[in-house]
Amino acid sequence: MKGTNLGEFEELVLLTSAALVNDAYSVAICDELGKYTGRVAKLGVVHAVLNRLEEKGLVKSHMGEATSARGGKRKRFYEVTHAGKVALTRSKEVREALWRIIPGFNLEGSV
Amino acid sequence: MKTPTQKLPEPPRWARNLLHWYCRPDLLEDLEGDMNEYFERNLKTKGIRRARWIYILDALKFFRPYTVRKPEFLNLLIHWLMLGSYFKTSRRSLVRNKLFSAINIIGLAVSMSVGLLVIAFLTDLFSYDLFHEKRHRIYRIVTKTEGDDKRTMDLASTSLKAGYKIRETFPGIEEVSLIRRGFYSDAKVSDETIIPLEATWADPSFLKIFTFPMLKGNPATALKEPYSLVVTEKTALKLFGKTEALGKTVRFDTTNYTVTGVLKDIPKLSHIRFEALISLASMLGQKADSDGGILDWGNIYQNYVYLTLPETANLQTVQANLDKLSATENKQLEHQKITLSLQPMDKIIFGGRLSNEIGVNFPKPVAWVLIGLALVVILSACFNYTNLSIARSMRRSREVGIRKIVGALKNHVLGQFMAESVIISVMALIFSFVLFLILRTQFMALAPQLSDLVTLDLSPRLILYFLLLAVVVGLAAGFLPALFFSRIQAVQVLKDASSLKVFRHINLRKALIVIQYTFSLMFITTTLIGYKQYRGFLSFDLGFTTENILNIRMQGNKSTLLKKELAQIPAVNQIATSRMITSLGSIYGTQLKYKTKSVHDSAMVWLNFVDENYIPLHHHRFLAGTNFKNRPTSGNETEVIVNEQVLKRFHIVDRNPADAIGKQVMLDNKPLTIVGVLKDFHYGTMDHKIEPTVFRYSSEEPGGYLNVGIKSEDYPAALSGIEAAWQKIDKIHPLKATFYDDQIEEAYKQFEVMVKVIGFITFLAICIASMGLFGMVVFMTETRLKEISIRKVLGATESGLIFHLSKGFLLLLLISTLVALPVTYIFFDQYVLTKFEYHQPIGVSELIISVLVVMALAFLLIGSQTLKAARSNPAKVLKSE
Repeated sequence: MKGTNLGEFEELVLLTSAALVNDAYSVAICDELGKYTGRVAKLGVVHAVLNRLEEKGLVKSHMGEATSARGGKRKRFYEVTHAGKVALTRSKEVREALWRIIPGFNLEGSV
Repeated sequence: MKTPTQKLPEPPRWARNLLHWYCRPDLLEDLEGDMNEYFERNLKTKGIRRARWIYILDALKFFRPYTVRKPEFLNLLIHWLMLGSYFKTSRRSLVRNKLFSAINIIGLAVSMSVGLLVIAFLTDLFSYDLFHEKRHRIYRIVTKTEGDDKRTMDLASTSLKAGYKIRETFPGIEEVSLIRRGFYSDAKVSDETIIPLEATWADPSFLKIFTFPMLKGNPATALKEPYSLVVTEKTALKLFGKTEALGKTVRFDTTNYTVTGVLKDIPKLSHIRFEALISLASMLGQKADSDGGILDWGNIYQNYVYLTLPETANLQTVQANLDKLSATENKQLEHQKITLSLQPMDKIIFGGRLSNEIGVNFPKPVAWVLIGLALVVILSACFNYTNLSIARSMRRSREVGIRKIVGALKNHVLGQFMAESVIISVMALIFSFVLFLILRTQFMALAPQLSDLVTLDLSPRLILYFLLLAVVVGLAAGFLPALFFSRIQAVQVLKDASSLKVFRHINLRKALIVIQYTFSLMFITTTLIGYKQYRGFLSFDLGFTTENILNIRMQGNKSTLLKKELAQIPAVNQIATSRMITSLGSIYGTQLKYKTKSVHDSAMVWLNFVDENYIPLHHHRFLAGTNFKNRPTSGNETEVIVNEQVLKRFHIVDRNPADAIGKQVMLDNKPLTIVGVLKDFHYGTMDHKIEPTVFRYSSEEPGGYLNVGIKSEDYPAALSGIEAAWQKIDKIHPLKATFYDDQIEEAYKQFEVMVKVIGFITFLAICIASMGLFGMVVFMTETRLKEISIRKVLGATESGLIFHLSKGFLLLLLISTLVALPVTYIFFDQYVLTKFEYHQPIGVSELIISVLVVMALAFLLIGSQTLKAARSNPAKVLKSE
């Protein structure tokens, strides 16, 4: 199943949810992504990705408490599951392994 | 400054509803919350309009596979399983409320029959010319001509020259066909059989462009040689009987024509119709045409040009080429500007008013009016259904309550009641179909033009449309009641059915009644006004007499011969000759030039050729001068009689018409002296102003008419005498004689048809509205019977009760009167009647009569029921509790 592999944007969303800990819901994730990546994250895209991640079992969600904001609608908070953590770690390891085998890779002048 | 208590702007409701409708319930809350959050944020940064806009876009953008609710198959299954139960309960409730069921079904049936008629009619119109294989690529050249005086005329015809030029010089045109109309002659097949025949000249391309299958003969060559004749099967039968037609010779006048082809009969729904085709080459061969210049650019009245373009053709290029062509050719014309344009063949039947139309066509606005009328009547019946179902909902609310308790969801109930109304409207369709069959013959009999235009034959497609109409009507009628039932709270109705807020929708029902009555009143007023106008046209003072004048078409015979015969009939007192019959809508114009030292004027005048008896016979009034004095037998006329408008238009004299006598004008390059001035009279129909008109002298008009004044009251004897006289002169053509008054009636036939159609619709609309009102009154008195009884016990009088019960309805009728009358009045006064130069004023009497008729009927309905209720015995009513 392709479920074990993370797409680039999926990985970003997953990382952001992990970073936001207890405050990870769609709008916050959007804002956070915007802040760190500098690109505008559309709600529609993030929403779809979160939905897919939940289908893959990388995150799980629960509804928060109703507040007066958002027209009285509850938020859906996301939490990275164990499988999610494994996937993140794995993808990080793959990258690091690859970095390591590049001989004398010089970043100077490339940025 | 906004205060905190002020309500914040909300996102658009419909967008939210859309989201609610499609979004999966488990995703909905969070998603909506997110969108709300963004909305609030955008409100601050981007303003209300952008925020709402973004919200709408988001609501649309979130329509994705993963958010969309899956169709609930269980739901459908339940509907399917429950169908039997729905049928059963629907049938029971129909049978239980016989009066209301009858009102609903009859109303729907009657109104739908009109709908069926309109559908059949329009289906026929839209089926015109569908049998041509190249129909999407066939175009016709239509002409617009503009005179010096800026008067324009749109013609379906064009010049032959235009056709030839297009064929020879235009690139990228597949085929061009030239047609000319106006061949009327007697076909002499043998010495015994002489049959009048009307034919169309056509070139060989005609059979390539149009799909008229040829049974015998070679379509490629049939119309090539001069004096070739192609006949339809029907014509072949008429001319030659059962014998083989191909290769036979037919004699027209002095020329022999050979039959080179037999075509399959032309389908009825074809805008081009003909008995026979004659090769165009035969006409161009005869140089002896009296008009001369058949091929002139300005000869645009009898010819038609059709062409096919390739699939990929660019219409703009063709149009640009046409404009270029007109620009070059117009240089030869002095007083005229001709422009050509393309008309696609599928636009011909609804092509609007073009003069010299080759076949039938139908004005688009009339089609819309028909649709509108049918729609109004059908809606009216739907309103009845809606009104009565909601009003009667108390009886069925318990059923709905129980259904809900055993597990029916909102949309199950909705489905049930929609299904019920569809079942009822399909039942009504059966009745309305029978009505349609009856109506159809009545409708076709209204005017011969109608049976010429459409067949209204049934076809599977038509039946499908009928069924579709029934389903749509059912859904429309049942939607509001179904919605109402689906919202019933089960607990509430089971505890106490009367707590159901039946009267909550009272405003809706009132509005529906007001609408129905407004339309009824508008219709009846329209009918009355239309009828008065129509009578007005018939009895209008035309400026001359038409009584007891019989117009006989000469059909090519010598006027003098027939005159001699007719003069011997005692009942005939005066005989005149004229080229045409005025005031019936046909017109005949020519250029009049008036030259003095200072003025140099020329303009179009209308014209008739008459003899010296014409003016006395029709009692035209002379303002000055006399009748024709010089009465040449052929051609050498020197005199002209004009009407007042001519003097005014050309400023011949300022005041005294007598001064105009002796002045000279030029007509068709002939100098003619004005010998008489007539008082203005109507040359055209009522929708035209009186315009400059002249009479010229001609004693012999084989193509025209004999106007016979009949003095006796004994018309049959006079007519049989005339018939016998005609037989002596012409054995081939049957006598065509009509009284002038009948011809005028015929000329305004369209108005008669219109009045009849609208009158019938009015009748239906009033009936349906009355049935609805009746149902409502019955229901109201039933529900309030107890109240009435208590009032009576407490001492209310009968009249007081009647007033009390009916005042609500009367108020509604009053409102609809106040809406309908001004609207109708303004509509006619400002829009319709301004199209007619001469019309009757709208009288107060029409308005009052229409109100009285509708009101009287309504009073009768309301009165009878309220009286019944007011007279009921309170003891009996109250005892039953």
